[in-house]
Amino acid sequence: MKRIVEWLPALAVFVLVVGLWEGLVRALHVQQFLLPKPSTIVSVFWSDRHTLWPAGWYTFKEALGGFAIGSGLGILAATLVGRFKTVGTALMPIFIAANAVPIIAFAPIFGAWFNPISPRSKMAVAGVLCFLPVMVNTLRGLNSAKPRQIELMRSYAASELEIWRRVRVPTALPFLFTALKVASVLAMIGAIVGEYFGGSLDALGVTINNAADVFQFPLAWAGILVASLLGIALYGAVVAAERVVVRWAPDTRDA
Amino acid sequence: MSVVEIKGVTKTFAHGNVTALENIELELQPGEFVSLIGPSGCGKSTLLRVIGDLTPPTRGSVTVNGKPAPRARKDGDYGIVFQDSVLFDWRTVAKNIALPLEMLGWDRERRKTRVDEMLDLVELRSFADHHPWQLSGGMQQRVSIARALSFEPALLLMDEPFGALDEMTRERLNLELLSIWEKLGSTVVFVTHSISEAVFLSTRVVVMSPRPGRIAGVVDIDLPTPRTAETRYTPRFFELVTKVRELLRSRGEHLLPEEEELLEADR
Repeated sequence: MKRIVEWLPALAVFVLVVGLWEGLVRALHVQQFLLPKPSTIVSVFWSDRHTLWPAGWYTFKEALGGFAIGSGLGILAATLVGRFKTVGTALMPIFIAANAVPIIAFAPIFGAWFNPISPRSKMAVAGVLCFLPVMVNTLRGLNSAKPRQIELMRSYAASELEIWRRVRVPTALPFLFTALKVASVLAMIGAIVGEYFGGSLDALGVTINNAADVFQFPLAWAGILVASLLGIALYGAVVAAERVVVRWAPDTRDA
Repeated sequence: MSVVEIKGVTKTFAHGNVTALENIELELQPGEFVSLIGPSGCGKSTLLRVIGDLTPPTRGSVTVNGKPAPRARKDGDYGIVFQDSVLFDWRTVAKNIALPLEMLGWDRERRKTRVDEMLDLVELRSFADHHPWQLSGGMQQRVSIARALSFEPALLLMDEPFGALDEMTRERLNLELLSIWEKLGSTVVFVTHSISEAVFLSTRVVVMSPRPGRIAGVVDIDLPTPRTAETRYTPRFFELVTKVRELLRSRGEHLLPEEEELLEADR
């Protein structure tokens, strides 16, 4: 009951914005290619559901694959860099420089590397986008154990491995989940933008792009709605996993 | 056999050429409660860390339970309590206390029995399943003490354990610590910068002076036991507090202004 009350203000704002949108577009006779009415978008969202949702699922799988690969490699790299200082000295400057590169610019290149039609080129874009935030945050988490905590473990004659297992990894988990939440959003962006540069006709990004090309703007908007819902679903899955894994933390409950 | 034997310990830090400890000689008999007191920079915490083999001495030797300090650390001969309770947020109170027992490979049942005993000892039975952040600072420190005592180490090292607590909580925990110490008979090294706390708790107070860190003098505390809240009002208590303060003063020519203030505040 308390939860519903907490959600009420946000729900009210949402209804208000959509209502204003609908009303203003009608009142000012805004052209459909500029901004379709929410009601039009929803009706296309419903009438074209048999093409939109399979396309969404196709793209979602690419995003999920990229998310898994990018995050997995990010965690692996953070572990190596955290464990072996020399690896860190060699790699960190490169990672930091890479962080400033607009990765999305590589999308056409990945298309050339992996075959532009295949889902693998989109997974590559999504994966590269996920890698850095996960790697940087996990590393920060692994290094966030307090010196006193390490000393306490040493007073118990703990080995390096035990210090990792019992202190560094649990300390890193909240950091990791913060990064995974960011990565889940980036993965959907990577997959869809990757598809804008070409991809299978079954893909959502291609559907949105093609619809816009032929002035079917309500369809493009409906596609964006599908992409948003899937993005929220992936984000929600990460939040749910966080609640299971990081049960102890005082601040995850209202995050 | 003495529990701790410190012979000619000198500790210098490479950066800044600081001599934290110079030629320290100290011996602790079983069941003693020894406080190390002195202004900041006198090396009292460093000495505690040297005893615990958390930092090696530059020269000299430390023996704990008749063994070199590194051996004693590996054998789990001491428990340590820091100023910050250093509890792990992802573990409940009971699991935090059980941590050293897990590391020693105790089985589940034995751990449970001991943890329950320790929870009773620090009067936190009903908080067993709470997480550390749900407790007050004083309660957290009691958990930390229970954890340090859980595996019955011969030696308890305490680095300003009540320094971050308010005066009322601190005095209550002083009494609690004394009753635990009387029950268990462990040997305690207690670092503090409160003169009254040192006198109230100890059997001996080691006064240290800074730059370089040296032992300025040792005061035997002959207050009767068991000590109670009233002990603090006895004439003997005041005499001993004055004695410790004079020792701190006599070496006080090197004190910084803020350290002077610290001593004044304790008056």
